Amino acid sequence: MDQPLLEVRNLKVSFRTEDGVVKAVGGVSFTLSEGETLGIVGESGSGKSVTMMSVMRLIFDPNARFEGEVIYKGKDLMTLSRDQMRKIRGSEIAMIFQDPMTSLNPVYRVGWQISEQIREHEQISKRAAHGRAIELLGAVGIPHPRERVDDYPHHFSGGMRQRVMIAMALSCSPDLLIADEPTTALDVTIQAQILNLIKKLKDDFGSAVILITHDMGVVADIADRVAVMYAGRVVEQGTKRDLFYDAQHPYTWGLLGSIARLDRPRPRRLTAIQGLPPSLITLPGGCAFGPRCPHRWEKCDEVPELTDKVGGGHLDACHLSPGQKRDRRETAIHPELSEESA
Amino acid sequence: MTVNGDENVLLRADHVKKYFPIRRGIVLQHEIARVHAVDDVSLEVRAGETLGLVGESGCGKSTLGRCIIRLHDLTGGSVIFEGRDISRLSRRALRPVRREMQMVFQDPYASLNPRKRVGTIIADPLRIHHQGDRGQIKKRVQELLELVGLSPEHLNRYPHEFSGGQRQRIGVARALALHPKLIIADEPVSALDVSIRAQVINLLDDLQEELHLTYIFIAHDLGVVRHVSDRIAVMYLGKIVEVSPAEELYQRPVHPYTEALLSAVPIPDPDLSSRREQIVLEGDVPSPIMPPSGCRFHPRCRYATEICAQQEPPLVAHGSGRHLAACHHPLNLGADPAASVPSSAAASAPEQT
Repeated sequence: MDQPLLEVRNLKVSFRTEDGVVKAVGGVSFTLSEGETLGIVGESGSGKSVTMMSVMRLIFDPNARFEGEVIYKGKDLMTLSRDQMRKIRGSEIAMIFQDPMTSLNPVYRVGWQISEQIREHEQISKRAAHGRAIELLGAVGIPHPRERVDDYPHHFSGGMRQRVMIAMALSCSPDLLIADEPTTALDVTIQAQILNLIKKLKDDFGSAVILITHDMGVVADIADRVAVMYAGRVVEQGTKRDLFYDAQHPYTWGLLGSIARLDRPRPRRLTAIQGLPPSLITLPGGCAFGPRCPHRWEKCDEVPELTDKVGGGHLDACHLSPGQKRDRRETAIHPELSEESA
Repeated sequence: MTVNGDENVLLRADHVKKYFPIRRGIVLQHEIARVHAVDDVSLEVRAGETLGLVGESGCGKSTLGRCIIRLHDLTGGSVIFEGRDISRLSRRALRPVRREMQMVFQDPYASLNPRKRVGTIIADPLRIHHQGDRGQIKKRVQELLELVGLSPEHLNRYPHEFSGGQRQRIGVARALALHPKLIIADEPVSALDVSIRAQVINLLDDLQEELHLTYIFIAHDLGVVRHVSDRIAVMYLGKIVEVSPAEELYQRPVHPYTEALLSAVPIPDPDLSSRREQIVLEGDVPSPIMPPSGCRFHPRCRYATEICAQQEPPLVAHGSGRHLAACHHPLNLGADPAASVPSSAAASAPEQT
């Protein structure tokens, strides 16, 4: 296999706070090939956003501590200077954020904001940049881009602002697009539009995409591979099919079971994961999911390694053997379905 | 069929309208336009059932909920609760009614006063309605905390000491304090993480069974609504476009908007997700200040014809008779054609059957 586009090796991020050290990311590793889409799933506080913000070197908190390597096209991003990083950010790696309401500057016209971004990374006249901005707005499906380019962000709806963000992200045809919950603030019909747009642009530009989300449905729709995060660590990682049809980690089972889904008969009760996510200051010893896990046994007092136990690059961090997991999985995800068949 | 004298009907909304005026001027204020947030909506809620209210942001579902509970005054129409019109009652006359219906709000961070202890928050409704002395109130608060799955010792803590899911439980406990009959839950789980969401939904389920509650469950998540609801009303731009028993709505949507909405929900199953045909609606929801003529959905509808721009389709019964939809070109009627009312008769068709 050729060299991956991005390789994150044992990334650790912690923040010193008054209450203690928050271990937001506790050793995350993953790779991403060119043109691939990786979905990162997890709940709030699982460290998925912090991981990607660290990759982009966008955390400037003096209390933050970083460890590990982020190899992008052979360069370690963690060792680059601010200026070097600025060049990469926006031109080679672009990012879309969750909240399209706050990620645009309200006092500048939309077109100005897009062309500023282009002019930052390319030697190009103002007029040409403006023309590019119009083209981009058209490409992301904004009607009448020629007129809308001079509007302010508040003239746009949420879905359209997210389109503007995508237009900005694409202005320099990046090799990697990081989308942090790009559709969470949007309605389902608008979400469908935006996801289709990301898919189409991925095909047109051949960009690799990292999509951070908490919605398993979105992942199933758009990702090639998926990493599930819990309490600052990746607990399971594999292809989309591995994850949805052969999930290995009890937390993934919990996530799959707790969705009220439209494609299955409705269960009488949803399978809730008991308890709360742990505090990142005082992480439980051993497996972080242990205290909430119904399958806990003695071995879970040791921290489980993220290793390939079933083969084919499908990694998971759970002490249960693959056989045990196979026996328990269906009852864990759909207790009622298996009751009926029994 | 919806019979007016049905004894089971706990609440009826009759042609409810809520317009918000847009005013210009400081001294000489004059109205320049109106936001048609809820426009002529009628529905019934039967005792013991859960009515789901779905729609995208700005469709008026929350406003309708607030109109029903009289947090908003109506612009027109009436709300009949237990056979009594409450839409024109004075504040004072409304008080005893308020005991019977309570609300659970979306944002568990904003809906609890951060400076009050949890015990006080839950006790407030009891004090306002003079439900017993201090000892009795304290006992009831502890009962309530236990009921929603919190420890009675949490009484003296402040909201910030709780997680989102726990806060929502506190909000539920507060709503239950006065033994209400009807709970209006406005997006009660959308601010919560998936795993916590399932906990709160299961809690609401259990409470309904235990306390014989009636719910109006407002949400934009179609999966969650399907899970909790007996019947579902779909709203678009201030109008109800379809009302149906829950399962039927998902099996055979009649209104093209419902069809599109359902097809836009991502399915957590990669194979199914790649196989199914997705209807992607073009554009955004139009402005409720100047809603489109005729059927409000027609500019985005792929089945729209001339009549859709001219005549507003009435909400009429299809199929089982419990399935109402407002569309000139209803879908999925093939399965049960005999029972459907020809809807192109439009104006002459009865408003309600």
